[in-house]
Amino acid sequence: MKRILAYLAPYKWRMALGFLIKALGTVAELVLPLIMSYMIDDVVPTGSVLALSLWGGAMLLAAVVALVGNVKANRMASKVARDTTERIRADLFEKTLSLSARQVDEATLPSLVSRLSSDTYNVHNMIGMMQRLGVRAPILLVGGVALTFAVDAVLALVLLVSVPVLALIVVLVTRKGVGLYTRLQRAADSMVRKVRDDHTGIRVIKALSKGEYESASFAAVNARVSSAESKAGMTMGVTNPLMNAVLNLGMAAVVLVGAYRVAGGNAMPGDIIAFTSYFSIILNAVISVSRIFVVLTRGGASAKRIADILALPCDLLPVEGTEEGDAAEVIRFENVSFSYGGAPALKNVSFSLKKGQSLGIIGATGSGKSTLVALLLRFYDADAGRVLLCGKDVRAYENQAFRKKFGVVFQSDFFMAASVRENIDFERGLCEEEIERAAKYAKADDFIRAHDGYDGMLTGRGANYSGGQKQRLLIARALAGSPEILVLDDSSSALDYRTDAALRQTLLTHLKDCTVVMIAQRISSVRFADRILVLDGGRAVGFGDDAALMRTCDVYRRIYASQHGAEGGEDGCDQ
Amino acid sequence: MAAISESAMTGDRVKKGGRRAVLARLMKYFLLHKCKVAAAFLLMLASNLFALIGPWLSGLAIDAIAADAVDLAAVQRYCIWMAGFYVLSSAFAYLLTVLMIRLSQSIVKSMRQDVFDKILRLPVAVTDRMQAGDLINRISYDIDTVNASLSNDILQAATSVVTVVGAFVGMAATAPVMLPVLLVTVPVAVVVTVVRSRTVRPLFRKRSAKLAELNGFSEEMLSGIKTIKAYGREAPVTQKFRARNTEAVDAYYAADYYGSLIGPAVNFVNNLGMVLISTAGAFLYLYGIVSLGNISSFLLYSRRFSGPINEYANIMGEIQSALAAAERVFRLMDAPEERADDPSARTLRAVQGAVAFEHVRFSYDGETEVIRDLSFSVSPGQTVAIVGPTGAGKTTLVNLMMRFYDPQAGEILLDGVPIGQYTRKSLRAAFTMVLQDTWLFEGTVYENIAYGKEGASYEEVMAAAKAAHVSDFVHMLPAGYDTPVTDGGVNLSKGQRQLITIARAMLSPAKMLILDEATSNVDTRTELLIRDAMAKLTQGRTSFIIAHRLTTVVGADLILVVKDGDVVERGTHAALLARGGFYKEIYSAQFE
Repeated sequence: MKRILAYLAPYKWRMALGFLIKALGTVAELVLPLIMSYMIDDVVPTGSVLALSLWGGAMLLAAVVALVGNVKANRMASKVARDTTERIRADLFEKTLSLSARQVDEATLPSLVSRLSSDTYNVHNMIGMMQRLGVRAPILLVGGVALTFAVDAVLALVLLVSVPVLALIVVLVTRKGVGLYTRLQRAADSMVRKVRDDHTGIRVIKALSKGEYESASFAAVNARVSSAESKAGMTMGVTNPLMNAVLNLGMAAVVLVGAYRVAGGNAMPGDIIAFTSYFSIILNAVISVSRIFVVLTRGGASAKRIADILALPCDLLPVEGTEEGDAAEVIRFENVSFSYGGAPALKNVSFSLKKGQSLGIIGATGSGKSTLVALLLRFYDADAGRVLLCGKDVRAYENQAFRKKFGVVFQSDFFMAASVRENIDFERGLCEEEIERAAKYAKADDFIRAHDGYDGMLTGRGANYSGGQKQRLLIARALAGSPEILVLDDSSSALDYRTDAALRQTLLTHLKDCTVVMIAQRISSVRFADRILVLDGGRAVGFGDDAALMRTCDVYRRIYASQHGAEGGEDGCDQ
Repeated sequence: MAAISESAMTGDRVKKGGRRAVLARLMKYFLLHKCKVAAAFLLMLASNLFALIGPWLSGLAIDAIAADAVDLAAVQRYCIWMAGFYVLSSAFAYLLTVLMIRLSQSIVKSMRQDVFDKILRLPVAVTDRMQAGDLINRISYDIDTVNASLSNDILQAATSVVTVVGAFVGMAATAPVMLPVLLVTVPVAVVVTVVRSRTVRPLFRKRSAKLAELNGFSEEMLSGIKTIKAYGREAPVTQKFRARNTEAVDAYYAADYYGSLIGPAVNFVNNLGMVLISTAGAFLYLYGIVSLGNISSFLLYSRRFSGPINEYANIMGEIQSALAAAERVFRLMDAPEERADDPSARTLRAVQGAVAFEHVRFSYDGETEVIRDLSFSVSPGQTVAIVGPTGAGKTTLVNLMMRFYDPQAGEILLDGVPIGQYTRKSLRAAFTMVLQDTWLFEGTVYENIAYGKEGASYEEVMAAAKAAHVSDFVHMLPAGYDTPVTDGGVNLSKGQRQLITIARAMLSPAKMLILDEATSNVDTRTELLIRDAMAKLTQGRTSFIIAHRLTTVVGADLILVVKDGDVVERGTHAALLARGGFYKEIYSAQFE
């Protein structure tokens, strides 16, 4: 919260001025009933038309001051809210992008997205509302009560009794409502899940003629949603009638008590009329205050969530003073161990790769293939051991210089809703020639031109291109920056066999100096590599070329057998 | 069908003629609950009229106070009556709320069920093209909007009318001479309303749109955070975010700039009314034309009078978007369903499992042919492997056999009879399938297996689970067969999910099998289990396998090599290899 308040500091004078204007407008409003009762009780008996007109004019003036003051102050408040939110949000986005992979894992992506969207929205609302209502409501409440005491203390006490009753109603109903709405949200979630489920499984449902069964099971969820919604609605629905009842009963009490006061000569009839006006002003103020609490609670929670992210330390900064290794080795892992927090994902992995060699990595799901790449790209730092790139510890590199060395294609990688060109360029400001050459190398040029050309748009997640085409676009993106190291994380699985082979050929002929690191599930995709690393449960169980591994590595042979079938290995299908 | 996908994009405005049709249709739902509607109307009337009696009584009480000698007995009487009417009014108002919630919930519940049942009856050709998100929007968000409108806005609109008319009558009855005051306040209130609907609402719409755009952008970029970091592109992406952020906060400010006018303006209308009434009242009181009680009553009525006028714009806007939402829901309900079975269609019984394609042609969009002149035949019990590059039309074959889609030309025969002559239900019941995206629903492991056969006994389920090696891992799950299957949950691996779907398929007595082998890699041990389970599954069934495994291809009775919508080669593994054509080429590319 302190961190968020600090964002308001530059605007403190603007806010102070706004508060002053707001207070002026609000007080003007409070004066209105006061003048009215004075007119009726004191001016009318004098019979002076001039005095009546003057006081009427004064009331009109007060009403106009209230209007102008409130509007002016509201607009100033909006401006402060806008400028503050703009800075908070931009800082949060920048900070989010700078988080380390481990910090992102901990916060989780959906949570980061909602902090950027709904939490900043709540804070925006809170800043605006606090300035608009935060001044107005207390002045109306305190001022209103003070004025009523000044007019008639006994009548004011009647008023004071209903205020806590009203506040209690609002607090109780809101508190109960929160629980009920949470339950409703849960029921609604399971309904959404059911629809999503059946949409994906529609073929199975139809094939098994399960329509009636599904309909009945939806009916159950539907009924749950309905009853939760009814309960929540009926609880929240109490507020309005009950508040109206309290307000109106209070009014009747004022009239009744007022009658005794007038009879006893302690009050004037005009006071009672003024009181009925104060009554609605004060009660509205109570409702506003309770709304402020709701917004403040929600906004405060959001502000904390935002501040939590902003306060995270900067991870993975360049580390100085690490000793140099052999510059001829493009990649070197030295006794590297790593865990995501639970069981170790990599255990004591060592290998090295010379310039111009290519590397294939193979192993079952969960064997540590992607983790190894994540360490190579310094998304995480190793728990033990070290990773060297061209003889220099990856931790010693300056970020931009380090990233420039790589071209990367991840599993199910990311597309922007932008043109093909922009997706290949990826905000690097590459020239047209570089982009088109990369597309040609990636065997993407032909279909790009056949589709909509380089300026054709990709829809979200690239849904308007086939799986194989998307992968070729991603490879083009990776090649476009002329990287020293090309990392392909299972990037050829959606390519058909011939394209895969042709792509491999291109890499060998045009990009001889580029070190290729390729993760694959199929042995056929990595067999060409100069070195193959076999991972099993986080350990390196084999390192060498295909022939050597077939001779020495049991795991490698087993993977081979499972992919080619037992008979496949024997009848010599690997001609 | 095109209309459906299009409609998802349309905004919240309904054309004039369409609006009436939508209203009429909503009314039909209402008329199912005639009694409740009538009761609601009566309660609404009673609650509002009772509330309007209050100011009149308080005026009488004040007159009794302002009299030369305060008539305490009369004041007491009036105050008790006042309290009574106000309490009754509030009680009725709450009863009304409850009634309206009941009413709208029963309507909304049946609407939701109708939509869901409709989804199940739509042709797969339609559901394939609809996004799950679109369906979910209609069944939750759109219907919620209709619901809010049913339970709130209509009531509010009716209440407004009663209050405005009632308050006007009240003012006219207490002090007709002061009515000209309205000539000043009403126009101001109307101007406020117009400004609100003309200027402020569009600004708020723009504000929401800009905010949605910004949120969409940050969600998109954060989903690619790994790639952005890998290429070190944080700075330019942040720059883009800043530009969108500025647009969003500016739109917010623009809406606020005018929006912040509304609250003070509404207060001003009230204050102006108070100024005029008390000044004019004071003069009239001076000359003895009105009583103090009259002024008080008039003041209270005038507050009620201007309230609804200010609400009007809001309510109309909300009803407008509710109608648009209702229209989207109805449009889905009206989408054409799967064509009814031919009247002469017969139930498929005692399936042998002989399948023949004769010159089948098919296209999804009527332009690009996915299947061009395809013919082949399979004898009962044979295993057919379908191989070929992605996008060559392999899944289309499955869609056609099960009549999820119908071919444009040619004939598909099952046991010598065109499949169009069987009822869809019996035809589909003849197949069992295991698809690549292993579909498990929210339920336990047991339920997911038992789903494969109506009324399957415990023993049958256990036998299938054992044959499909589900029994090998189920004991490691926290609650065994009763472990719930969740999509977000941690509990099942891809391979285990596959085994469960295989068990489900095994349970089915169907004579034909469709199997889409998953390409996903699983650990070697699970791979062996899956292979073994699949081999058992194909026994005694005519099987169509979209193959990715060499063993499947080698063991198949017939291999169909599909390329660009044609079967370019067919035969056994050995024969095709010997031929040295396309099969040989892809085979060596994959397995060399």
